[in-house]
Amino acid sequence: MKKRFTSRKLFTEAGLLLVGIPVFLWTIAPIYHMLLFALSTKEGAFSGRLWPQPITFQNFDFVFNQKHHFLHYFWQQMGSSLLIAFATGIITLVIATGAAFAISRLKVRGGRTIMNMALFTYFIPAAFLAVPMYKAMGTYGLLNSRWAMILAMVTLASPYAIWVLKQASDRLPVELDEAAIMDGATPWQLFRLVYLPLMVPSMVAIGIYALLLAWNEYLYAFLLMSNEKEVTLAVALGLFMSADDSPWELLMTTGFIYALPPAAIYYTFKKYMVSGLTAGAVKS
Amino acid sequence: MTTATAPQAFRPASWNTAGYLMVAPYVLVFLVFVLYPVCYGLWLARSPASYVKLFSDPFFLTAVFNTALFVGVVVNLKFLIALFLSGFFVHDRVWIRWLSVLFILPWAVPSIPTILSFRFMLNPEWGVINSVIFKLTAMDGPNWLNDRWIAFSMAGLVHIWKSLPFWTLILITGRLAISKDLYEAAAVDGASRWQQFQWITWPSLKNLFLTCTILSMIWTLGDFNSIYLLTGGGPGDLTHVLATLGIRYLRLDQLDLSMATIVVAMPLVLPLVYFMVKRLSTDDTPGHGDAK
Repeated sequence: MKKRFTSRKLFTEAGLLLVGIPVFLWTIAPIYHMLLFALSTKEGAFSGRLWPQPITFQNFDFVFNQKHHFLHYFWQQMGSSLLIAFATGIITLVIATGAAFAISRLKVRGGRTIMNMALFTYFIPAAFLAVPMYKAMGTYGLLNSRWAMILAMVTLASPYAIWVLKQASDRLPVELDEAAIMDGATPWQLFRLVYLPLMVPSMVAIGIYALLLAWNEYLYAFLLMSNEKEVTLAVALGLFMSADDSPWELLMTTGFIYALPPAAIYYTFKKYMVSGLTAGAVKS
Repeated sequence: MTTATAPQAFRPASWNTAGYLMVAPYVLVFLVFVLYPVCYGLWLARSPASYVKLFSDPFFLTAVFNTALFVGVVVNLKFLIALFLSGFFVHDRVWIRWLSVLFILPWAVPSIPTILSFRFMLNPEWGVINSVIFKLTAMDGPNWLNDRWIAFSMAGLVHIWKSLPFWTLILITGRLAISKDLYEAAAVDGASRWQQFQWITWPSLKNLFLTCTILSMIWTLGDFNSIYLLTGGGPGDLTHVLATLGIRYLRLDQLDLSMATIVVAMPLVLPLVYFMVKRLSTDDTPGHGDAK
């Protein structure tokens, strides 16, 4: 009896491994491939070998010192990506925190309609909004500027931000408002002294959500900006594809550098991201 | 939810004014960057001639067909795999916990470099896949991205690679919310694995599963990257979906066709969006904001 039990257990473990190993290989393959290219010479990369031989850091030297014509503006593009990501994060936070406070705590008239408008924007696939947005940015004279990208990203990020912040705010006790009214506090005081300190965790999550959305965006960035010195890294990676003899080892190195910050942020703030943001960041 | 049932506290009139001031920035953003562009776009696509031209473009019909495949087949396949893997990941083993940390990577990293990485792996001459095939069989592998159906399937795989971790994670949360007692009782009664799934897991997971599938369908309609960065719509513009076709028209300066493509997709998108907005504005759907 005991023996049968262990053999059955063994069977289960083998079954789990049979699933786990393919899942591991499947998940890691393109990421490992990217790293393999980043650490290989051009010949090594194109040889089809499964490990870098010899291992070289020369590609990183090429990227960081901008030693290829695809990489002439690497640092400017990195700066552009950073600027757009942080600006989107901050502006989204300002807009969304105010709106969530007004809807959830001040019960502003029409709040529900505004929430539905926001949710509607959130669910429309971003690629479908891109064409009208591109046209409108042209009308506003914003095309080919970083502002076009920042404003577009704020437009895409704020609906979900408002929704999450409103949910979090709804969970704060009503007594807070009543006490504030009794004490004759102004809405601004309630916002600054009571609401903001309690909302910090959700605001961190939302700020990161907006920041990553902007950092990762490709379609809008390549539609709205075309100046090679101002485009984001995402667009710069796409530009590699314009030549037939692209230096793939450099492309993958740049891609690897570009992918590191979001991955690092994700794993650092995993707790916030998983509980608060799961639905949002998938929209890419 | 306390807000729905608790009596409303009295609020001074000045609060409403303050409220207007605080929602104003978002309303402004919405009017300027959503409402006006959409209306302008619809106005550009007002002529019936655009639609006649659109429907006579063979690439359009191909793209509609491809989109239907992408949304109908790829998304459902993705959810079957996610459902299966969520069952795998709830097993309590140290190595599975480590694997689940790694498993989320595709979702945590930006899609551009990884899709381009896939693209080179599939390169017929220098790609790692064909060189492995050559080493194992001494035969040349297929020209992956040069065949309509292979290229399109690969785009589907790339899409699954990217978004599978996220949906698996949601379904894991759903599974962990089911009481363990139910399974223990079922095991005592001698229920098989399949019976446990059929009578315990599926009934509690069904709603979440369907909501997530619909949500994923909406977003997959707008998946531009998986197609554009992997195949570029090729070979011969045969792997376009509506999202990439709209951008292709835009690049060709056929703005009316570009907008018409989007308008044509709306009868498909709007009911799904309406359904989701209704759901989310009335309750907390598990997996959104409140996933515990």
